[in-house]
Amino acid sequence: MALQSLDIARRSATTTPAPGARQTTEVAKLIDVSTCIGCKACQVACMEWNDLRDEVGNCVGVYDNPADLTDKTWTVMRFAEVEQGGRLEWLIRKDGCMHCADPGCLKACPAPGAIIQYANGIVDFHQENCIGCGYCVTGCPFNIPRISKEDSKAYKCSLCSDRVAVGQAPACVKTCPTGAIMFGSKEQMKEHADKRIRDLKSRGFANAGLYDPQGVGGTHVMYVLHHVDKPQLYSDLPKDPAISPLVSLWKGMAKPLASLALGAVALGSLFHYVMKGPNEVSKESEREAEKEESQ
Amino acid sequence: MTNHWVDIKNADLVLVMGGNAAEAHPCGFKWAIEAKKDRKAKLVTVDPRFTRSAAVSDYYAPLRAGSDIAFLGGVIHYLLANDKIHHDYVKHYSNAAFLINPGFKFEDGLFSGYNAEKRNYDKATWSYQLDKDGFAMVDESLQDPNCVFQLLKKHYSRYTPELVNKVTGTPKEQFLKVCEYIADTAAPDKTMTILYALGWTQHSKGSQNIRTMAIIQTLLGNMGMAGGGINALRGHANVQGITDMCTFGANLPGYLTCPTDADPDRKTYLEKRTPKPLRPGQMNFPQNYPKWFTSLCKAWYGNAATKENDFCYDWLPKLAGAQDTLAMFDRMHQGKMNGFVCQGFNPLASVSNKKKVGDALAKLKYLVVIDPLVTDTSEFWKPHGEFNEADPAKIATEVFRLPSTLFAEQTGSYTNSGRVIQWHWKAADGPGESRDDIDIVAGLFLKLKAMYAKDGGKFPDAIMGLTWAYRQPARPSPEELLQEISGKALGDVFDPKDATKVIVPAGQQIAGFAQLRDDGSTSCGNWIYGGCWSQAGNLTARRDNSDPSGLGQTLNWGFAWPANRRIIYNRASCDLSGKPWDPKRAVLRWTGTAWGGNDIPDMRPDAAPDQNVMPFIMTPEGVARLFAPGMAEGPFPEHYEPFETPLEKNPFSPNNPKTLSNPAARVYKADMEVFGKAKDFPYVCTTYRLVEHYHFWTKHSKLNAITQPEQFVEIGEELAKEKGIANGDKVKVRSNRGFIKAVAVVTKRIPTLMIDGRKTHTVGIPIHWGFKGLTKPGFITNTLTPYVGDANSQTPEYKAFLVNIEKA
Amino acid sequence: MIRDPKDLQRYTPQERANHWVVGISFILLALSGLAFFHPAFYPLTYLFGGGTWARILHPYIGVFMAFFAVLMYLRFWRLNVMTKTDKEWLDRIGEMVDGNDHNMPEQGKYNGGQKAMFWALTVCVVLLTISGVLIWRAQFSPPIGLVRFGAVVHAVAGVVMIALIFVHVYAAIWTKGTIRAMWYGTVTRAWARQHHRAWYRETTGK
Repeated sequence: MALQSLDIARRSATTTPAPGARQTTEVAKLIDVSTCIGCKACQVACMEWNDLRDEVGNCVGVYDNPADLTDKTWTVMRFAEVEQGGRLEWLIRKDGCMHCADPGCLKACPAPGAIIQYANGIVDFHQENCIGCGYCVTGCPFNIPRISKEDSKAYKCSLCSDRVAVGQAPACVKTCPTGAIMFGSKEQMKEHADKRIRDLKSRGFANAGLYDPQGVGGTHVMYVLHHVDKPQLYSDLPKDPAISPLVSLWKGMAKPLASLALGAVALGSLFHYVMKGPNEVSKESEREAEKEESQ
Repeated sequence: MTNHWVDIKNADLVLVMGGNAAEAHPCGFKWAIEAKKDRKAKLVTVDPRFTRSAAVSDYYAPLRAGSDIAFLGGVIHYLLANDKIHHDYVKHYSNAAFLINPGFKFEDGLFSGYNAEKRNYDKATWSYQLDKDGFAMVDESLQDPNCVFQLLKKHYSRYTPELVNKVTGTPKEQFLKVCEYIADTAAPDKTMTILYALGWTQHSKGSQNIRTMAIIQTLLGNMGMAGGGINALRGHANVQGITDMCTFGANLPGYLTCPTDADPDRKTYLEKRTPKPLRPGQMNFPQNYPKWFTSLCKAWYGNAATKENDFCYDWLPKLAGAQDTLAMFDRMHQGKMNGFVCQGFNPLASVSNKKKVGDALAKLKYLVVIDPLVTDTSEFWKPHGEFNEADPAKIATEVFRLPSTLFAEQTGSYTNSGRVIQWHWKAADGPGESRDDIDIVAGLFLKLKAMYAKDGGKFPDAIMGLTWAYRQPARPSPEELLQEISGKALGDVFDPKDATKVIVPAGQQIAGFAQLRDDGSTSCGNWIYGGCWSQAGNLTARRDNSDPSGLGQTLNWGFAWPANRRIIYNRASCDLSGKPWDPKRAVLRWTGTAWGGNDIPDMRPDAAPDQNVMPFIMTPEGVARLFAPGMAEGPFPEHYEPFETPLEKNPFSPNNPKTLSNPAARVYKADMEVFGKAKDFPYVCTTYRLVEHYHFWTKHSKLNAITQPEQFVEIGEELAKEKGIANGDKVKVRSNRGFIKAVAVVTKRIPTLMIDGRKTHTVGIPIHWGFKGLTKPGFITNTLTPYVGDANSQTPEYKAFLVNIEKA
Repeated sequence: MIRDPKDLQRYTPQERANHWVVGISFILLALSGLAFFHPAFYPLTYLFGGGTWARILHPYIGVFMAFFAVLMYLRFWRLNVMTKTDKEWLDRIGEMVDGNDHNMPEQGKYNGGQKAMFWALTVCVVLLTISGVLIWRAQFSPPIGLVRFGAVVHAVAGVVMIALIFVHVYAAIWTKGTIRAMWYGTVTRAWARQHHRAWYRETTGK
């Protein structure tokens, strides 16, 4: 068996259960948006630890750089200037994979073992199994995976599964100068979030709360938000994210039903042949045709 | 910092003004967040822009760049008018009660003694009234109209909220809200810490910006307290260290001052710098100046320095005229300088008015650049499109590039903003032919010395006699240097109370600057670093972060100057009887026989409270100065406009054209002529840094270039609309000295302010781009900035000037 | 099988080639498509050199097939216009399936079932092509909603088309003497007379 911390709970395109005898602690990363200063140290740590170097891009009129997630940028800071109650707020959100308990990417993925959910909750892409179809992008409710233009593989934040496996916090957590990114068991993180939310409420943010959307079964990356009632303020963080019903249909019921239907058609044909016999040209018909010919 | 980084977590109010700690000091800013999280502290930001610091603040108030003294003067007015001061503290620990010379006046924006022609003051009247023993006279009732307290009150009575609003543009209710936050910390058990940086220093009255806050912190009783203090956040990880070691031409190491032409001999020099106590029984610590200075001469000239030859006083250069950066480049520009060694410095990018700097460099015969990076300065002569329009055919300067190693490729010490000296070990070898800065300078020195030895010269003594007792002369080790800086006994050092008792035997490292002597028996390269490498070893290499008090007073982590003291003026954290003002945050207390606690006492350890030795031991009066005659433009900070201002008159002295801008600031004629006027350049511009970059270095680093790739300027939505500029458009920003082009970032974060009844827009420009590096090539922002500095430090006015902007 | 000069020409060589180009493409598409559709079929990707090759090839084969399907459509659509007799035939398809085709209405070149098959397959090809373009990540990135919709349409249309092709192939096997029409292009007169009497009369003039 592999490291216990990397026991597999779910595997893409696999219909049989994963080994589940061992119990692993569920982990989570907590991002306290209210103490994040948008310094991008997490972006740099991510690039360094994962040996990623994106293009030197352009200024597109905002502080966001790189301007979006890419195969080589697994996390970006998104800056939103919003006015709330006549007061300007600069909401800075670290965007990246949310590590859903019910991951849309994994559900959509057709390649066995290309997407793995570890028992600790981390959702990881194993590029050696990835076929580059992009179904993970179609399945993700948060628009996170990116397909490389160079190798056509899908990439996203791995929550530093390699670090976590050996008891280290993810690189972004390790580097965050203000302690706005924390890591631990999901339980602990929720407790910590409670403390932060109480503090925010005492400072007048009545709607402060934890973003751990249940539509995807909860996430292993959670946010403390000043306005949990309006997550859209934070550069369009979805309010009630869930796997799209279309994706559920496509990768849910459709799969067994359609397979059965095809099987039924095939078998139906076989039995039809066996039971009814072939539709041959009758002797009578042949004779009549010959007769007509000779006329 | 009078306090230190970790101590920020002890504050009840963290004020970020004159800086953007979250942006420029993200690691240190963690302590502001800790204060918020664990102490329920409030965080307040005052800035022309809604900054990254503002993003996590409880409250934000805007102000116009260059109007900080008006704002803070208004705060002083509020504190005095609403009686929100720490009375006992002010009465005993400041010079509030001191009586001032009745000849001292303030009229029409000017203090008494102004000389308009020389643009300076005769400070004769800015003095205490002295009694027959030479002690300052006081009125403990604080009622005498000539006492500092009454003068202060009178001076700042003019800083009404209405006038503050007119000058700063801060809406009145927002200004008052900030006042309330600050005033709350007048309670003895409440403290405010102030985090500032270049947003206060880089003005033509930068030092006075900080002085105004020093007055506020003194009135509130926040100096010396855990969670209080005046905290300058320094830029480079070791900029505090470089300042300590004398980056200013007018200083010697440890803030000793350079001899000048007016100090013909050692005796005169020392007499002028060794003050007498101004109140009875005070420590008057600068009385030890001769010990520090003599030990420095012994460190430099060793055995050659003897009592008989005045410890080689004559070998020291005597300062003739200003030696600051602006003065230097002005002389270069006039063709009065032919060689320039530029070490770890990129003046083409970082000094104001790039054109002047470029023209000046072109007049040199040679330029030596010692740097790990290919700096813009080292290619000032090379055409880089419109980013650097140089004509090499017309430039004769010979440029030598000496590649040096980077910080991580060197062993040595850093001194951080909190004065903590920390040893660090090299992580990797430098690439290619790079060499440590120490080796490069040692090589240059040995070559010079050999040339003097061979060819002689006009004055070889100072070079030939310099101590150079390193094991490998061409490669002095950082360890040897720090030992030399820390100091050692050359002969036996005796106990002053018992002349037979040797406290430091000859040859040993001293344990602290108290062991320095002025008889030549000790050497010390920088007295404030005294004892950082004692007989116990390299104390700066200590890494014990145990914190028994929980206040972050990790006394066994590195070594803080002076004397490993973490909070300066910590005696002021106790009342007269020696009890902490706030027992929950006690750093010190009188134990009955001595001062003890969680810090090294900033006080003679056995000075019982009834001896009335006051806490501010570095002043001859023993108390904090609300009235500070040392400043160039006046003992009380007064608001003056930036040299490029949208206003025609100074609203605080509207009838005096001389006081529109700092009357005591030095301005060169040619630079005065290229100051822009508001009719041509209607927008206030301020320059600043971004968290993604460090100065002009990290444009050479791929990771930094990725996170902030291209030069931009920030403007408010209203100005953008007026000018038809859309987010992401290319714009051209002009000042009277040149132009830059960059991408426009249109933002809600730059408010339009009402200044003196007129809408005033701000243009913000980050500085980090240039024509060398991995980022997209950009213009040097300092093409735009004016060539004028603070009257005291000559730090250029990068933070407030005028520009115009159009779509490119 | 012995060729008989009296056999009737049912398909020209061009028509046969076109059919088989489309047919082979379809088989490849169905095999690779099923592999992406359900994990049980994933091993089919090995036929293409592995998952990634299957993913790369599938859309190109799709475009290829779509092109030839259009040609085929242009060749045959007129012949597949439904008539009243076709509807009558379709109404009585039960008898046909039951193996009792003696009383079925007289059919032209194509019977009602074949025509229905033609139009159903045409609709499938159109849907598969459009939805296939929508989900072709390597080339296009339309709005995510469209991609998701495309994925469902592609899957449904694909399954339906595979089922239809099953029926198509089975019908050819079941009706003896049919397959040779697509191999050699000819059918026997008796076959034509029995299954497509109107076409038989038309061709032979009898």
